[in-house]
Amino acid sequence: MSPDSAIFTPLLLAALVFFAVSCYKRFSLVTIGRTEDRFDAVGTRLKEMFLYAFGQLRVVKRPFGINHFIIFWSFVILLIANGEFLVNGVFPGVSLALLPEPLHRVLLLAFDIVSLLALVSVLLAMGRRLLLKPAYLDSAYVKARSVEGFLILTFIMLLMLAYFGLHGVKIAMGQEDGAWMPVSSVAAGLLSCASPGGCAHCCLLPWGAGFWWAHALVLIAFLCFLPMSKHMHILTAIPNCFFRSLEKPNTQPREEFAKGMSYGAGRVDRFTWKDLFDGYACTECGRCQDACPANATGKSLNPRQVVHAIKTNLLANGPLLRKGGEPLVPLIDGEGEGTNTEETIWACTTCGACLEACPVFIEQMPKIVKMRRHLVQMEAKFPEELLNLFENMESRSNPWGIAPTERTKWCSTLAVKQFEAGETEYLFYVGCAGSFDARQKHVTVALATILDAAGVSWGILGKEEKCCGDSLRRLGNEYVFDRMARENVKLFTDKGVKKVITQCPHCFSTLKNDYRQYGLELEVVHHSELLQDLLAAGRLKLTKQVEELGKVLFHDSCYLGRHNDVYEAPRTVIATATGAAPVEMERSQENSFCCGAGGGRMWMEEFSGTRINHNRVDEALRIEADTICVACPYCMTMFEDGLKDRQAGETKVRDIAEVVAEGLRPA
Amino acid sequence: MLAVACIKQVPDTTQVQIDPVTNTLVREGIPFIVNPYDTHAIEECLRLKDRFGFRVAAISMGPPNAEATLRKALALGVDQAILLSDRVFGGADTLATSHVLSAAISRLADQEEVGLVICGKQTIDGDTAQVGPGIATRLGFTQLTLVDRIEHIDPQTRVIRVRRKLEGRHEIVEGPLPAMLTVVRELNRPRYPIVPMRLASTEAEVQLWNNEVLKLDVNTIGLKGSPTWVSRIFSPEREKGEIIGDGAHDPQGAARMLIQRLLAKDLLPL
Repeated sequence: MSPDSAIFTPLLLAALVFFAVSCYKRFSLVTIGRTEDRFDAVGTRLKEMFLYAFGQLRVVKRPFGINHFIIFWSFVILLIANGEFLVNGVFPGVSLALLPEPLHRVLLLAFDIVSLLALVSVLLAMGRRLLLKPAYLDSAYVKARSVEGFLILTFIMLLMLAYFGLHGVKIAMGQEDGAWMPVSSVAAGLLSCASPGGCAHCCLLPWGAGFWWAHALVLIAFLCFLPMSKHMHILTAIPNCFFRSLEKPNTQPREEFAKGMSYGAGRVDRFTWKDLFDGYACTECGRCQDACPANATGKSLNPRQVVHAIKTNLLANGPLLRKGGEPLVPLIDGEGEGTNTEETIWACTTCGACLEACPVFIEQMPKIVKMRRHLVQMEAKFPEELLNLFENMESRSNPWGIAPTERTKWCSTLAVKQFEAGETEYLFYVGCAGSFDARQKHVTVALATILDAAGVSWGILGKEEKCCGDSLRRLGNEYVFDRMARENVKLFTDKGVKKVITQCPHCFSTLKNDYRQYGLELEVVHHSELLQDLLAAGRLKLTKQVEELGKVLFHDSCYLGRHNDVYEAPRTVIATATGAAPVEMERSQENSFCCGAGGGRMWMEEFSGTRINHNRVDEALRIEADTICVACPYCMTMFEDGLKDRQAGETKVRDIAEVVAEGLRPA
Repeated sequence: MLAVACIKQVPDTTQVQIDPVTNTLVREGIPFIVNPYDTHAIEECLRLKDRFGFRVAAISMGPPNAEATLRKALALGVDQAILLSDRVFGGADTLATSHVLSAAISRLADQEEVGLVICGKQTIDGDTAQVGPGIATRLGFTQLTLVDRIEHIDPQTRVIRVRRKLEGRHEIVEGPLPAMLTVVRELNRPRYPIVPMRLASTEAEVQLWNNEVLKLDVNTIGLKGSPTWVSRIFSPEREKGEIIGDGAHDPQGAARMLIQRLLAKDLLPL
């Protein structure tokens, strides 16, 4: 039943050469990207790769991911079977039968079972695309019911069917022992029925050859099709998990500013090799798209499409760029699939939901910031509203352009100390919103009261405090951010600041993570963490339980939760102050939905689609909470505004510090 | 053809304080900015550069640290930056200032024909709006003030037609080049400097012209050449307001009270 290896061998060789050339053509293109070290901490990387690529930890986070888990492991196990099949086709004498019999039998049993599992999973996957058709599988460039998707599933299905057919024939002809191949035995039974009475050998032989060639041709077709298709991910997903960013991508890489350099990514070769490799690892599962707040509210941004556009652009321009030529397809503002519009690039809130959702750690958001860097720094192209922001930041070091002398207005009636190393333990970094925003100033005062009540030694920088620069960095104005960061790092170093309390997750993350790139290692706590510690240690004693807030729910700020993993602290604080754990929204913790103000979106208009804060406010209103608790000034503004728009004046918004301060009032 | 932007470094007025003893502006520690109206003058010159290939020069009279202002202009794309700085220029009023600026422009015109001089409509520290017209007068240029749109400009036939923004109306005015324009904010949206230009501007040359270069009669410049001087600067006293009503607990009552008070003062036309 083995074929004529004289026909098969050249066919296989041709396919292998084609496969190798196609792979080389694609993979070699990533070398046009900028350098980036992703070869450090190999041990950790291997561990992550095993957990996430082989353990599929992120894949199975969604129920249907279990289906993928089964197909993946079937594939891995069947690699042995298929390897044997190909080798046997070339060298008919070599087969797994050469192994010790018990081992051979176990393998045959395993192949038989996983083939059946794979077959069922593939049918379920087809059914999902045909019947359920989840919205997030559709995008502007590919549909859930795409030919490619079905072709791949059909290939797998045919492989499994041919496998059972081939072994069924072998069993029926007595060449294999069916005892260890339950599924193939069923096939054998069916095939015997198909040739009743006749000579089993003569009738089944052509069937056997047919199945063999079907299996062989599908394998060869798969091999040739693989590098051109999204199914490439079976080669790239595993290394992509190995090369993942070991730290959460909650900062942006620094840029060096020197004459004759270009900044950001305005061309595909300005991305790093890993950015480019990401494109090949995407399987179009649509999870980032499903998690993206901009996409959910009808903006043109779809993180999956951004990755696809970069890949398409690389394929179109890569060969030219490698020869030193100019790109044909613009990366920004061109036409077709290989380009991103400016509107898309500015729609991102940098909330990191895409990063959290991707099963193979593709870094969508950082690519968007790199394109913003190009637009701002090389072309000065950005939404009009940002001009004021940029100028205010440079001239007055705050987003509103309010005189820095007004930074201390919130404490004009309080006795607040200036920070002095040795005298005060903590610097309370008030932040721009805490200093200038009328609503947030209440939070600042509440927090100051709490700190005093708990006997914390703290001081402020007062009029010397400067903006941390978060918005600038996320908006791609790295040049000005860089200057502000240097100034702040110098200020903190000169003042001898070691421990910092922040009330804004954006200041928190910038001081904690971004400034580390400037050699400043601070012990930064968000007030939720500090309040949790003070309450737990008994340093902060509440005089009463806060009951007047009714049903309280907590909204996770992206830069506190997803970007910095602080989920429990604010919840514990609320539970301690009110006596009850806060109610959870449907989308909470790492699946939290952005308020719409991150990534500098706070300072921009929201012209297209619906408003992100409305989407989130509606979710909160559905739970019928009386109080929405936040731990971020941006979230505060977005909820306050959203509730006004929804005429939901009965629902209150409170920062967790205000809730605790309420518990300090005389009972 | 050359377009000249006249710009001034001014203290960031939101941060200015007055010394109660000397009655002068406290300038120490106060950040300086480019006079906001002047940023529109620079922008308009740069647009002429983009459209007609004009060369653009930015000039500024001020102390040596005004160089920073000119570097900002260089970062935006001006071709030449000249700082007019000399102790004898100090203490100048608008007349004396216009003498210095006009002399500098004339010197530039010796090398290359000056088609346009563009100034902001006024500075936010002096608020006189006299220097631009002073320059036009000294140089004999067409004087077009409060321009909010350039309707037409033709360097060949040397004609310019602009729209002036006046109280409650617009006026279209046409005149021959060379012309001196003072401009308002509505004229354009100033560009944002790109990083390569910013980096280049830190190394670009800012020319320094003092009175040895301009050779002006010291009696026409600086304090000596200034017929006007500031005798006193002060913040007007403002009566402290009072908080009336209780918006936090009785928003409707507070709103009613507000409406009544506004009606009583005839501030709400019904």
